[in-house]
Amino acid sequence: MKGAQIFIESLIKEKVEVIFGYPGGSVLPIFDCLYDAPFKFILPRHEQAAAHAADGYARSTGKVGVCIATSGPGATNLTTGIATAYMDSVPIVAFTGQVKTQLIGNDAFQEADVTGVTRSISKHNYLVKDVKDLAPTIKEAFYIARSGRPGPVVVDLPVDVQMQETEFSYPREIELRSYRPTYFGHPGQIKKAVKAISKAKRPVIIAGGGVIIAGAANELRHFAQAIKAPVTTTLMGFGGFPSTHKLALGMPGMHGTMYANMAITESDLLISVGCRFDDRVTGKIDAFAPEAKIIHIDIDPTSISKNINVDIPIVGDAKNILGQLIEEIAELKKLPDISAWNKKIAAWKKKHPLGYRKSSTKIKPQAILEELYKQTKGKAIIVTEVGQNQMWASQFYKYDYPRHFLSSGGLGTMGYGFPAAIGAKVANPEKEVVVIAGDGSFQMNIQELATLATYNIAVKVIILNNHYLGMVRQWQQLFYNRRYSGTPLKNPNFVKVAGGFGVKGIKVTKPTEVKKAIKTMLSSKSGVIADFWIEEEENVFPMVPAGEAINRMIGGMA
Amino acid sequence: MKHTIQALVENKFGVLARVASLFSARGYNIESLAVGETQDSSISCMTIVVDAEDERILEQIKKQLHKLIDVVTVVDFTRKEYVDRELLLVKVFKREDNQKDIEHFLKKYPAKIIEDKKEYSILEVCEERHQAEEIVRELKRIGIKELVRTGRIAISR
Repeated sequence: MKGAQIFIESLIKEKVEVIFGYPGGSVLPIFDCLYDAPFKFILPRHEQAAAHAADGYARSTGKVGVCIATSGPGATNLTTGIATAYMDSVPIVAFTGQVKTQLIGNDAFQEADVTGVTRSISKHNYLVKDVKDLAPTIKEAFYIARSGRPGPVVVDLPVDVQMQETEFSYPREIELRSYRPTYFGHPGQIKKAVKAISKAKRPVIIAGGGVIIAGAANELRHFAQAIKAPVTTTLMGFGGFPSTHKLALGMPGMHGTMYANMAITESDLLISVGCRFDDRVTGKIDAFAPEAKIIHIDIDPTSISKNINVDIPIVGDAKNILGQLIEEIAELKKLPDISAWNKKIAAWKKKHPLGYRKSSTKIKPQAILEELYKQTKGKAIIVTEVGQNQMWASQFYKYDYPRHFLSSGGLGTMGYGFPAAIGAKVANPEKEVVVIAGDGSFQMNIQELATLATYNIAVKVIILNNHYLGMVRQWQQLFYNRRYSGTPLKNPNFVKVAGGFGVKGIKVTKPTEVKKAIKTMLSSKSGVIADFWIEEEENVFPMVPAGEAINRMIGGMA
Repeated sequence: MKHTIQALVENKFGVLARVASLFSARGYNIESLAVGETQDSSISCMTIVVDAEDERILEQIKKQLHKLIDVVTVVDFTRKEYVDRELLLVKVFKREDNQKDIEHFLKKYPAKIIEDKKEYSILEVCEERHQAEEIVRELKRIGIKELVRTGRIAISR
């Protein structure tokens, strides 16, 4: 069997349903076989979008996303998507064509050192130099991508390897002596954690993306209810704990809720589940949870004591460890009474709710999100771009279900949302998928309107159009004396642009039109671009200035 | 503080680049690096000597080293019982005024001449790390034409 056909057969063995890819000279043999392949193929209009779509597919399902591009520019165009997936622990396998084996390193046409370029932005990568290694390599790539702390794996395939012949045999089992993730928490550490929990008077749980990845939402809810501790969910952890639950604190950190940040600052025990203490969460390290003992549950040992010192690390899978903790806690005779703590938090919630100044003349972005939440009953998959749109989406839409909020948290990639939503919609055709975009970020992958039209993918895009690169403008307003350098945008007519691609577009300029526009958008069976002209200098509040302690927030209300 | 780190890795192409980039990405200079096969030809041993400016960062590098898919084990020999050696090859000028120094040097240190030419001699010295530094100082005084070192290798006691 030829290498290219082995590629197809291996993907069938991995139960791949869809592949996002862009052809080119170095992947022609594979594309020839793809022509007859039993899985779906989606052609985006830029390789970056192929990687983001595979990412959106993976985040919304938990399955491995697959993308493919040709050598050289095709591969380098994938890199932003690969880096995005790496930062947020998303399992994708990215295949890249490569020039002929004997030409590698000779500056051949469309050659790039793909394994070199992707080394620091992927979980692992391979250059396949012999067709005999192809099937075992693909097996390993998928295994590594989805196991342990998931991440992107790159497989570089020289064009001659795709044409070589060998017998096809797909390995059943895989065993790597150098890669053995820990899945269960060490019993001694579990005991220590339980002891700390049994003494805590002011516990707070901080839930991150690890809860979603491990599928630990149920366990987290049981655990939190068992110890009655409030739960704050990071951007990556949305849906890991229901936003509408009475123990929910919302998001911590830079644009988090005042009460989440206050609770962390005053807590005496911080239980982190699958959160890596990103600087956007911690603010000034010295002032982060200064009174708390810290339990850190994480599958990746390198996350532990990286940004903050941890008292009780527990390495392993969040679902298993929470299960272990729940069992041990059930055996405790008595837990401390923390009702005073929960009362204090309830008072903070009442005093410092998330809010904004309403307006009857200008459209408020927050109002759009609230209306969207109402009309979708919180059941849509929300995919964001990066910037103010992302933060408003995190503050004013509520997330009760895992894998219903997709956002580039770690890398903060503008241009992620639209193609990622395409991947999510392909994976979940029965679900409503809505992109919350800014006018800036939407233009970073606006060419994907063609993909929407070609495959009739019913992704709905809400552009929060303020004619600025809003988040940067906000920082310039607050910290650079309103010198709006490089941030005002002269935008195209989005409705006309969408129309040119064959996608319906609507423009909304009045607050009174918002409700109807969202209804129109949601009732459509095809993709819709809704261009909302919002208050131009609206800011995201509250906010912790960079490098400040998280309880020193500014702007309780916009 | 100087650390001697041993990593057992899969004997495959690309592993060295992965290991090295963990240090270079943080602007850490690797003082010496020695790589060779172990008794198991599918596993190579890398001995890395690095001067850690910040112990916390080094701790992080060690964890990330272990996280690399192709790395099997990582051991930091610092504060552990181990033996180390380094091989030096030195070309020294032969001048009238340093003949005695060379003779003296050969008596004092476990060095041997492996090639003797009219203008120069090549010396081979195999020593543990503290001694190696002293030897280099001594040789500089005598007059080095060329010096090459393998970098340190180490084994636990």
